[in-house]
Formats: sequence, structure tokens, C-alpha cells
Amino acid sequence: MSLLDVSNLDVRFALRRGDVKALRDVCFSLDRGERLGIVGESGAGKSVAAFSLLNLIAKPGYIAGGSIRFDGQELIGMSDRGLRKIRGHRISMIFQDPMMTLNPVLTIGEQMVECLKAHRRIGTRDARAISLRKLEQVQIPSPEARLDQYPHELSGGMRQRVIIAIALLLDPDIIIADEPTTALDVTIQAEIMALLLELCEEQNVGLILITHDLGVVSQVTQRMLVMYAGRVIEQGPTREIINDPQHPYTQGLINALPQMATPGSRLNQIPGSMPSLNNLPSGCAFHPRCGFVTRPDGSTRQACHDEVPGFVTSGNCQAACHMVAEMIERERIPAEEQD
Amino acid sequence: MSSTATSPAPEQAQPLLSLRGLEKRFSLSGDFLEQLKFKGGKLVREQEHVHAINGVDLDIQRGEALCVVGESGCGKSTVARTVMGLITPTAGEIRYDGERIDDRTTKELLPYRRRMQMIFQNPYASLNPRMTIQQTLEEPIRLHHPDWSPQRVKDQVAEVMTSVGIAPDWGARYGHEFSGGQRQRIAIARALAVDPEFIVADEPISALDVSIQAQVLNLLMEAQQQRNLTYLFITHDLAVVEHFGTRVAVMYLGRVCEVAPTATLFATPRHPYTQALMSAIPRLEDDRPQHIRLQGEVPTPVNLPSGCVFHGRCPHANERCRVEVPTLIATDEGGQVACHGVEEGRI
Repeated sequence: MSLLDVSNLDVRFALRRGDVKALRDVCFSLDRGERLGIVGESGAGKSVAAFSLLNLIAKPGYIAGGSIRFDGQELIGMSDRGLRKIRGHRISMIFQDPMMTLNPVLTIGEQMVECLKAHRRIGTRDARAISLRKLEQVQIPSPEARLDQYPHELSGGMRQRVIIAIALLLDPDIIIADEPTTALDVTIQAEIMALLLELCEEQNVGLILITHDLGVVSQVTQRMLVMYAGRVIEQGPTREIINDPQHPYTQGLINALPQMATPGSRLNQIPGSMPSLNNLPSGCAFHPRCGFVTRPDGSTRQACHDEVPGFVTSGNCQAACHMVAEMIERERIPAEEQD
Repeated sequence: MSSTATSPAPEQAQPLLSLRGLEKRFSLSGDFLEQLKFKGGKLVREQEHVHAINGVDLDIQRGEALCVVGESGCGKSTVARTVMGLITPTAGEIRYDGERIDDRTTKELLPYRRRMQMIFQNPYASLNPRMTIQQTLEEPIRLHHPDWSPQRVKDQVAEVMTSVGIAPDWGARYGHEFSGGQRQRIAIARALAVDPEFIVADEPISALDVSIQAQVLNLLMEAQQQRNLTYLFITHDLAVVEHFGTRVAVMYLGRVCEVAPTATLFATPRHPYTQALMSAIPRLEDDRPQHIRLQGEVPTPVNLPSGCVFHGRCPHANERCRVEVPTLIATDEGGQVACHGVEEGRI
């Protein structure tokens, strides 16, 4: 059994004009020490997926169904008291904006000690010693002095290092990182990602990395999920998806990158934009933008308009697409006839 | 660089835009009274400045797309805004089509404003929320062509909306009714409405999603071909630069450290900073990043380092780098680089 098992997760936002289904039928799992990437454009539901793991969805959002099992315990419906023992302790989080995450009126040291004391019976002196060791691990220069500094005295990259140190403070099993480097410059981003990767490997910590940057995902994670309009549409080993994406949306996303085209030529754009969640197209949510709704022989695949596609397995990857299902079906029949 | 001095030259020799020794300092100290401080029993006046750009020399030829890259705080946006006349430079000169434009009054600048237009980063902030799209697009045309008939203005708006892929009958809508990608198209339409020849684009796609970025980049490239535009394109995204730019200028702490044709720069980056920047791009191909780790972080532009601004983080720095400011020198590959190490053949 995996360390974390999410099945059929359903998250909605109750608005006056009715519920908006932010996540539908999301399933994934994470093994101990595994690194998983969640990729998608804004509004795809990747942050909601991460936040709902720790029940951090703010009202009017609520978890409408499904199950989240962590180390044998069910997290949905767990009491706040129970959740607090897991949150920040066994599963910790790194948020996007390092300027917003740290408390501006407390020193770095106070924030770290506070976090340790909330979860363990520990004296201030010991807590400071642990904090110092963690700051050393994230390679902050002169860590001792940093303990008594305020967040505004540190640069963006340095602050994100402090946040990683806080995330690692209680030796968690899983770190959820929501766009941890989006607010940073490229050279700093490269350093922070390398550091995060190194620490996760060294301490066998699982990582759920949420990002829109396919380059980062391909370098850091072992498996990835691609999300579109609140659903997972493709999942599998990162290398295999990057090299041979099955779902037309994943293909479009990868082919739209400037580095996939010859310089100066037209980029392969996906037409249109992501539908709004309260007005989703029928059937496959991607069908109005998809180039494969019409078969090569000119006939229309009606299922794309009518039915929500289920997952089909192709190699080690799974994709939710009628076109892929049809192709697999077609390959299988001749093979059976030959037998 | 001295070749620009030879006058009646063919189109190639006269750059459309040229910057010489451009400098911009922003005061941090407030007004005169706030600058006064007591020091050792005496009243002294103290001023602190952010040195946003420190001596930038750049030439942009007609028809090219010059990309300026660098990390936040390197002054790339200040260059863009100074070129457009939104910020007055502290020193140096800007020449547009041979004429000096940085010392002109707003009124004298008006004919140039028609020829040069700007696209901003955030399409959520750059469109007036109280104006319909039709009004937004008519405004610049009315300003620059007061003699045009209302029908001619309408036709021009319809033409420019069609060319960016926004249906002309959406003109009565307001900015908030459009998605980010559509808004950026409208912002591009506004820039194109007065038929400019030169466009400054300050991070035009970085606020957009990946699939929308491709659409907007395609649109910018189409517009360049159809209208024979020249671009000054500000970005931090090197993958976009490789695709879009004909030449690249890399900036660090308000100085240009390397300028080269795109293919040359990506094949053989010469400046140590360019090399580090290139190695930091997350690529799809390699599994493990092999990036060059720089020591420390970008120093503040308030107290600039002496000598080469990069020396504190440069793995190749020596005594000369700490003292002497390097100037741009031509390389064998057709670019220019400001580095003592390259000049001496150490790097």
C-alpha cells in the first residue's frame, strides 16, 4: 500500500449560483520517498488538489466526496485536532510566495522554535539547536545570525531556503510544494530546485510538486499528473510522458514550448483557452480545443462530445481520452485475431 | 561601433534606435528636507540612489527583434521605459532614426509616439476598466490622426481587431469580460492601431499560461512579418528568446554584459554570467541539471560593486575585475562582450 492514497476526490465551491466543481474524480498515490509532479495551467485545479490533502480549502470550498488515506488513516472527516498532528509535522507545505509565507513581525528563529514547540515537548534551547541544524542543511550562509533576523532582511531566494528549512523541521514524510520557485529568478530557481531535490533524496522525503513549468517537472519528479479543468487527464512516469505524451492536451502543452520548435518558425499553439469551471463543455472537457475529435478518415468521434472519458492504460501511462482508447482497441483486435 | 558615425549610409548602417551611455538613477532619499541628517553635530545632506541602469550602449537595426534578458532588478524594464520616454534618463542619449529624442518636450515627442508603441506585461492592469474595447482602441488613433473621419477610425479599429483575432463586434465589451490571453491581444491591437514601426514589449507573455503564450508569440511574429516591425523585447525567459529574438542583450545590474546574434549566444555564450544563466534553464531533455552555481546573490543596485559589477559572483574574477569597469569589445563570433577575462583570453 502506498503512503498516500487519494481516490475519487471531489472538491466543490458553493457559490450563490450553484456549486462549482473544482476537482472531479481525482485519484493518485504517492509512495514513500517518491517525487510526484502535478502539472496544469491556471484554473486546472492543481493547487486545490494540493490544498485539499490537508483540508486547507477555504470556505466556500468543501470536499464533497472521495477518500484521502495517509499511512492507513483517513484524512477526510478527521477532527481538526487530529489533522493538526499531521499538518506541518508529517506532511508539510511550501507555498509559492516566500514574501507572504513568513510572519514579518517574528524573527526566523522565533518562527522555527514556535513550529517545533507546537508539535513536540521541547525546550527553547533544544528547539533553537534543531533550527540551526536545519538552516545549515539548506546551505544558508551564517545560519546563526539568520536566526535573529526578520524576514524582510533576507532576499527572496534566502527566504525560500528558510521556508524549506521550516518544512523539513519535523522530518516530514511528505512535502507539498506549490509553485515553490515561480516567484524567483532563473538562476535562483535552479539552485532552490537542486537543493529541494537533494534534501528529499537524502532524507527519503516524498515530494508533491505543483508547477506549470514542464522543464522543472521533468528534472525533479519521477511520476507526473497532468490536470485539465478539474480532472486528471494523464498520469505516469515523468520521462515517458515527456517523451511520448498520449493525451492530445499533454501533446499540445509540450509542443507549444518554444524549445520544441525551430527558432523563428510558428509555434504549435493549442487553439482557444481553458473553459471556465461553471460552464464546462459536455463529454471530454478538452474536445472544443482538440484536433483529434475528427478521425483521420473524416468521421466525427461522437463519444468526445457525449461521454466523459475514463482512463485507459498505455504502457506505464494512463490517459483519459477516447482517441487513445480507440487506438489501443484497434491495436488489440488484430493481435487477438493473429492468435 | 564607430561605423555608425559614417553618415549618408544605406539603411543597415543607421540603426533605428541607438542608446549611448544611458544612465538612470532613482533617488531613495525623498525630498530635500528628508535628505538632511545630523552627523557629528553638523547638518549634512545625504542622498542615496538606486542605480537602475549604468551606461547602456545598444543599437537596434530596422526589422530585427532585439531581446533584452536578465534577472529581476537588472534594469531591463527601466531600459524599455526610458526608450519610450516614460522615464527621463539621468545621463546619456537616445537617438531614434538619427534624431535625438531624450531631451524633447512631450509635444515634440508626439510624432515619435505614433511610430513607437509599447506592450506591457500585465493585461489586467494595462487596459482601462472603464472603457470599452472600441474606446480603448479608438483613443490612440484619434490622438494621432485628429483629421480622420469617424468612419475611417472605425474601419481602422475593425481592421486591427481582426488582425489580432478578436471579432470586431466585441468592441462594445469591457476589458474584464475577456480572458488574459484575449486581453493581451487587445493590448497588442492598441499598439498596432496607429501603424507603428517600432514596438517595445515588456514581458508581454510572462503573465499568461503556456498554451496561451504560444498563441501570443505567434501573433507577435505574424505582426512582425506583415507590418515589418522592429521589436525591443524584454523578457526573463531564455527559451522564448531563443525562439523569437534575432539578437540578444544580456543585462546584469544595469549594465549590458553581452550582446550577440541569438544563435551565436546560445551556441557559445562568452560572458561567465551568460554561461550561468544559460545553464539554469530547465530543459526537458536532461534528467539532472548540470548548472553552474554562482556564489551569493545579486548585489543591491544601491551600492554598486567597484569594477566589473559581476566580480563578486564570478568564478574567474581577478584583481583587474575588482578595479576596472569592462567595456563591450567585439568577439570573433560577431557579438560583443564586456569581460576582462574574455579580453585577456582567460575564459
